[in-house]
Amino acid sequence: MTLTLSRLVAARREKLPRRVRWLRHLGLTAVGALMMYPLIWLVSSSLKSSNTVFTDEGLWPHAWAPGNYPRGWTSLPESFDVYLINSLIIVTLSIAGNLMSCSLAAYAFARLRFTGRRLFFALMLGTMMLPGHVLTIPRYVLFDKLGWLNTYYPLLVPHFLATNGFYIFLMVQFMRSLPTELDDAARIDGCGPFRTFWKVIMPLCLPAFATTAIFTFIAVWNEFFEPLLYLTDPQLYTVPLALRQFMDSEGQSQWGEMFAMSFVSLAPVIGFFIAGQKYLVKGIATTGLR
Amino acid sequence: MRKDRAAYLFLLPWLVGILFTVGPFVVSLYLAFTDYNLLTPPHWSGLANVREMIGDVHLHQSLKVTFIYTLVSVPLSLGAALAVAMVLHRGVRGLAVYRSIYYLPSLLGSSVAIVMLWRYLFGYQGVVNQFLGRLGIQGPGWTSDPHFALSTLILLHVWTFGAPMVIFLAGLKQIPAMYYEAAAMDGASGWRQFRSVTLPLLSPIIFFNLVQSMIASFQTFTQGYVMSGGTGGPAESTLFSNLYLYQKGFGELDMGYASSLAWLLLIIIAGFTAVNFLAARYWVFYEN
Repeated sequence: MTLTLSRLVAARREKLPRRVRWLRHLGLTAVGALMMYPLIWLVSSSLKSSNTVFTDEGLWPHAWAPGNYPRGWTSLPESFDVYLINSLIIVTLSIAGNLMSCSLAAYAFARLRFTGRRLFFALMLGTMMLPGHVLTIPRYVLFDKLGWLNTYYPLLVPHFLATNGFYIFLMVQFMRSLPTELDDAARIDGCGPFRTFWKVIMPLCLPAFATTAIFTFIAVWNEFFEPLLYLTDPQLYTVPLALRQFMDSEGQSQWGEMFAMSFVSLAPVIGFFIAGQKYLVKGIATTGLR
Repeated sequence: MRKDRAAYLFLLPWLVGILFTVGPFVVSLYLAFTDYNLLTPPHWSGLANVREMIGDVHLHQSLKVTFIYTLVSVPLSLGAALAVAMVLHRGVRGLAVYRSIYYLPSLLGSSVAIVMLWRYLFGYQGVVNQFLGRLGIQGPGWTSDPHFALSTLILLHVWTFGAPMVIFLAGLKQIPAMYYEAAAMDGASGWRQFRSVTLPLLSPIIFFNLVQSMIASFQTFTQGYVMSGGTGGPAESTLFSNLYLYQKGFGELDMGYASSLAWLLLIIIAGFTAVNFLAARYWVFYEN
């Protein structure tokens, strides 16, 4: 009885009439095309000359203008590779900081018993919900007093201090899924907590580290507010700050160049997405967070 | 205790970091009651900032913008996310491809490049108006007309429905098939199954997404800044609360007032979150 029924349910789920299945694919593809259209339009416009961007309506350019890329690359106060390198430095160090500080904290929360554990864990969850804008002004004043304006410290140091509870939470969830027998075995073999962390837990947490690295990459690469606050020297600008300069010089209408560099700025995120999809989808699915 | 010492060593960076969160949190509350311009020491001003807020029309406008944006775009994007997740969950060939295509925009939506792009897609002679033109409709200046500027940003938010969609998909997968079997045995139709099985079992995840999205969207900044070149225009129609805070604190160096704005927004967010949690009693279903 149950068998036939479950087969019935399964049949309902998988074998919809052919027409319905086709209609569904049609609908999903239409929505997908609509979702992708802005990105495709961006790429297409980056290959049209600035004065035809808004008159040449087709997606396939009438006259190709690949020259937008080299011209856009050099049309801002600094060459675009300066901005790319600045962003890359900040992103790389942020990932390193997050991985180190958050994995250490996560191990303590997931595996060690100590006084104040519940309180600290609750505090950590609380900071995850805390809107960051409340901290902006005092932190700015502090960094100003430390002489850190126009340096990368304000952008980097928080990552080395595990201030983003989201990544700790993600790693705690992951570590809790590992069998505690591993820790017991390591202890019997004479490992202290540090050796256990380094030799046993760390290597098993690589998927969680990959998720953390990709999320950090995307968040820091796109970050606009903090660099806007702390960096005023154009030589230090990150890619998003650099792009904004195209809008300031809108009078010159360098649309083709602007779209070209916009695409350059999105390409690494799209690349990371394609390479690390598996970890991204797992990451947000297991924690239920983004 | 030795055990404690080892644990605190692991926690050391986090412990320093928590000071770095709690400290500024307390200081900003103090600054909210001062007059402070960064150059001279803060000067206690009592409730002067609160009084200023009551009569500040720009603040009222910025709250209106933020409320409209949140209350329209969050339900729309979560609704879209749930609808598409339901369709994909029923088993589609090429699920992974569809999922990727829908998910990608949510990673790009808050980037400067995309907001700039949006400005031109919806510009007076942008693609949207070209398309409307072919249908014989003269579209408005979406980004230059105060009546429409915010709606383009709401559309941008909806465009990023992929992130909650992936979470919904994961949640749908965890609903045991036997519930649907039991419902089918009782003769429940597809819609009835959705109402009586899917929605209750998914409600904790819907609730979680709702709380998170609302908190995030109350803090929107980049979209308003880039769309308007930092002004919040046209006619303050994209003046998000956080953009106004930025203008006050970092444009006019009125950091005392900006701190009270920060706390006002914090209280509003906490209020909405509390209402969400209270309302959850009536519609969120926990199995145990």
